[in-house]
Amino acid sequence: MSLAAISAGYGVRGQRLIDNASLSLLPGQLHVLLGPNGAGKSTLLRLLAGDLKPDGGQVVLDDRPLSAWPSAALARRRAVMMQREDLPFPFRVDDVVALGRLPWQRSADAPAEQAMVAAALVEAGAAGLADRRYNELSGGERARVQLARALVQISAPDDREARYLLLDEPTASLDFAFQHHGLLTMRRLAARGVGVLAILQDPNLALRHADTVSLIERGRIIAHGLPNEVLAPERLSALYGLTIEAVRGPSGAICQLFATGSASR
Amino acid sequence: MFQFRSSNSSASLRLPLFGGLSLLLVAATVFALSRGTIAIDWATLFVPGTEQAMQTTALLELRLPRVLLALLIGAVLAQAGAVTQALFRNPLAEPGLIGVSAGAALAAAIVFTRLDRLGDLAAWQGLLLPVAAFGGGLLAAVVVLRLSQRDGVTRMTTMLLAGTAINAFVAAIVGLLATSADDPGLRGFTLWMYGNLGRAGWGEIAIVGPVLLVLLLWLPREARALDALLLGDAEALHLGVPVERLKRRILIAVVLATAAAVSLAGIIGFVGLIVPHALRLIAGPGHRLLLPASALAGALLLVLADTAARTLATPAEWPVGALTSAIGAPFFLFLLLRLRDRAGLT
Repeated sequence: MSLAAISAGYGVRGQRLIDNASLSLLPGQLHVLLGPNGAGKSTLLRLLAGDLKPDGGQVVLDDRPLSAWPSAALARRRAVMMQREDLPFPFRVDDVVALGRLPWQRSADAPAEQAMVAAALVEAGAAGLADRRYNELSGGERARVQLARALVQISAPDDREARYLLLDEPTASLDFAFQHHGLLTMRRLAARGVGVLAILQDPNLALRHADTVSLIERGRIIAHGLPNEVLAPERLSALYGLTIEAVRGPSGAICQLFATGSASR
Repeated sequence: MFQFRSSNSSASLRLPLFGGLSLLLVAATVFALSRGTIAIDWATLFVPGTEQAMQTTALLELRLPRVLLALLIGAVLAQAGAVTQALFRNPLAEPGLIGVSAGAALAAAIVFTRLDRLGDLAAWQGLLLPVAAFGGGLLAAVVVLRLSQRDGVTRMTTMLLAGTAINAFVAAIVGLLATSADDPGLRGFTLWMYGNLGRAGWGEIAIVGPVLLVLLLWLPREARALDALLLGDAEALHLGVPVERLKRRILIAVVLATAAAVSLAGIIGFVGLIVPHALRLIAGPGHRLLLPASALAGALLLVLADTAARTLATPAEWPVGALTSAIGAPFFLFLLLRLRDRAGLT
């Protein structure tokens, strides 16, 4: 059981955005995708989400290609949070979150559904926003609402099937406290058996919270494994074109990464 | 006046909204049937007597089909406007963007300014005009739809631009035809351009009515998918909405509905653009309330506008398309000023 890209490729107008990338997201795992701007992180996430179709290799959920899944069945198994989601009309926040129940074909007025929406808002740190209007919120508040919508989408009464959550920079516009809260939420979901893939920019967050990490550079996955092994300062220095050093604990494990000097890219 | 969206759902608004609109619609329909050159006395209408025959004829053969058509077309135009705004994710979108009205106008311009010179054609213009307008509307829409599809994907931004270009191109030809037309042709065309519900009778309603009714009842079934589409194509897809299939089905429905409406009644502006916005101010942007409420309000507006059109200047008629704006715009501005804060507009 997994959501996996197998030697997947994707190109636009002759340019390879993703090249022969393999990544498998397992239930109960928090997997972090790191890499420089423009390396292909979002493209890989969209391939895994199924809204881009690979032009080489394949993307499978439970060994079945995404294209063979009915759209609603797929939506009950995986939810996606994209960057910068906006709405042209002033929807209430709880109505936006309730959209996550769309693949489940129930009335949004049912009490059970309202309870799910309320619980997801709490879990995403957006409980106080329920009766606000989405287009009046700040970027960080919107991000928390969209996280709640994604959580509601993969809430199921019985969890015999593994569910997956794909997050494109969920912490990007969050303040320090909500970044922490967001990653704890992801950890809690993983503990419940959800496979969570998150694109992050800060290697220290990955170091602290991820089960596994993949590094991506120019469309290729160049390293994959445990955070402490993948996030070696030498490798990151080469990847980002920047001198990166590590503070290590007594056992030699990396505790903190920090950059010195300026980027040579 | 209305109870506004209270805690956590739109359920509390459903009854007052639909109840209020339905009552107003029934009252407006009775009023519309009563008004006209022949007074209808409802108390004696179904009692045998001398006045009865004329009253019944006026009611059944003239007023009833016209009122039914106003209800249907008003409802369809308003609902088509609401779903078009969702498809384009743009509050300024309306079905005319897809080219239907422009194509129909071009066909009508040709019929009025060119074909009537062929002599006998004027005699069967009553049939030629709706058929040509329907065909012209469909043709222009097909061109716009084809231009905006690539690799099996419908791109709404391309459609917006292609529609604007086709509209401008068609408007230029219409302008050339109109300026070189003789006076009767030009007058006929101008009247058509502003809409008239008096041309169609039971025959047209029998053909077009069922189609419009099916579209009216089908579109609200896609309400939640349309809500999701407002988040964006990718986001809707992630929510399990078959985006491309949905878009195509809804575009076809909008094109058919608008073309049918325009072919029978000419161009009636304002309803498709503003009625959905007025309802968003009252009911919020969720399509489960918005679509049926827009249909009721569109029907209400058009039946009132048409009653005014045929009674205010008897025996002449005012163009109904101008009256929808004349009645609707002040009411919309009133709503806008009263409700903009509560509706979340800044």
